[in-house]
Amino acid sequence: MNIAFSTELICFLILSSVVISGSLAVVLLDNIVYSAFLLGGVFMAVAGLYLLLNASFVAAAQILVYVGAVNVLILFAIMLVNKKEKLKPIKGLRTRKLISGAVCGGLLILLLRVSITTKWNLPGPKSIGEEATERIGEHLFTDYLLPFELASILLLMAMIGAIVLARRDVSIPKDDINDFKNDNSLNDKKIPLLSENSLK
Amino acid sequence: MNSGIDLEMSFTQGVQNLGLSHELAHLLWIPLPMLLVLVSAVIGVLVTVWLERKISAAAQQRIGPEYAGALGILQPMADGLKLLVKEDIIPARADSVLFTVGPILVLVPVILSWLIVPFGQNLLISNVGIGIFLWIALSSIQPIGLLMSGYSSNNKYSLLGGLRAAAQSISYEIPLALAVLAIVMMSNSLSTVDIVEQQNTAGFLSWNIWRQPVGFIIFWICALAECERLPFDLPEAEEELVAGYQTEYAGMKFALFYLAGYINLVLSALLVSVLYLGGWGFPISIDWFSSLIGLSIDNPLVQIIAASLGIVMTILKAYLLVFLAILLRWTTPRVRIDQLLDLGWKFLLPISLVNLLVTASLKLAFPMTFGG
Repeated sequence: MNIAFSTELICFLILSSVVISGSLAVVLLDNIVYSAFLLGGVFMAVAGLYLLLNASFVAAAQILVYVGAVNVLILFAIMLVNKKEKLKPIKGLRTRKLISGAVCGGLLILLLRVSITTKWNLPGPKSIGEEATERIGEHLFTDYLLPFELASILLLMAMIGAIVLARRDVSIPKDDINDFKNDNSLNDKKIPLLSENSLK
Repeated sequence: MNSGIDLEMSFTQGVQNLGLSHELAHLLWIPLPMLLVLVSAVIGVLVTVWLERKISAAAQQRIGPEYAGALGILQPMADGLKLLVKEDIIPARADSVLFTVGPILVLVPVILSWLIVPFGQNLLISNVGIGIFLWIALSSIQPIGLLMSGYSSNNKYSLLGGLRAAAQSISYEIPLALAVLAIVMMSNSLSTVDIVEQQNTAGFLSWNIWRQPVGFIIFWICALAECERLPFDLPEAEEELVAGYQTEYAGMKFALFYLAGYINLVLSALLVSVLYLGGWGFPISIDWFSSLIGLSIDNPLVQIIAASLGIVMTILKAYLLVFLAILLRWTTPRVRIDQLLDLGWKFLLPISLVNLLVTASLKLAFPMTFGG
């Protein structure tokens, strides 16, 4: 056993234990803020696993998208609404937990069966290392062009929507702000998303 | 410069000659550049802090630090020592685990990003293929640390400051990444070494700043916003938020934030010089210069001079930008939060998209000058 292999093995063991214990904690912890932060840790550990597989571009993309965007969004949502009040007890919580536990257990058994019965082609293809970025680009623009374009259209729609929402100027005349008698005054003054002139 | 000085190879060969295996020699080599870069990052911070104190004093017609060493050069050391021996306070109602992890999460990604800063052909820790993308990905971890410390302090100013910091760094990351993308498109590579090499074909005329003036300005504005420097230091706006997410911190934990801010500033300046100002490149092409005095480019003397010149040039360019940032800090007023977000989303984002589009079309139209 040489140094490179043993380092890899140790890293793999640490990372996978972080992923498993972290994701269990995300589900089982009562404090929702802890869960959200731990989710970020799990995402980072998954990025570490990609790194072990020599997929550095995928690892960086994983960090950028899941840690930098998705997890921060979740945290924002939690911090803006967290009121530190007890949630109402839900009816039949025990049966719900049992059902979801059974579903998760079934999924685990299914995945285990697949991973045991599949004849893995070991050792796998030689890793292409630094070339990977170019290869991903080639694949995106040839074999996977349609999904790529669909995803880009989706993102473009979201971005244009965000810009339209942000560009809406809500201008309320100053003397109207303190007009509490007329509750509808604020709603009346809301300016439509697109002005009528721009549609013509 | 096709063949640079390869320190790693000579080191491993030297150690192997002492009778150690190749693997062990490599293992011995690994920590050395990391340690070197860590030390240089910290020294860079000390220099920046001293510059900040002196330049701010000059901007306000004061003298600034004077007694600690010549011209107050040891003042940053004194600051650091003071923070080191201060009592470490965790507020009673704060969440002590998150409160401790927060500053670490802010500092570590910034230091990791130094992995890709090249000071010369082979003078960087690792020439990873994803290069500059690694920096963008790592800098996206920072907001989590900021949110964490803001939330765990259990203080309204801290929470608001943390939220502001995260919102700011998310909104300015997008134009920043798009500006970098235009550069990457021109150099056909994400690696910082390739990006610099592509700029050093004809001295300072081939620097990216001439081909990407809009991108340069976008990148600089966004880098300042990411470092939370004035005019974008809203997360710690004293008049509104005491000190933002840092309010409850003291001692070494505060020092981690302080260090992260300045390391980030130096790193951003270095990356601006790598992406737009030709990195280690001398304003006049070294190839041309060495042929003028009749020495081959592979001559050891020329190689050593070129390498040390490269380090000096990188640091010089970076510190010119640091000087600019400090001058901006002490001469411009702070923007409001709505102005900040407006600038990011309504101005910089569309402009950077247009910049990317124009770069792509110019690349197709003039493949010679825009990297075909």
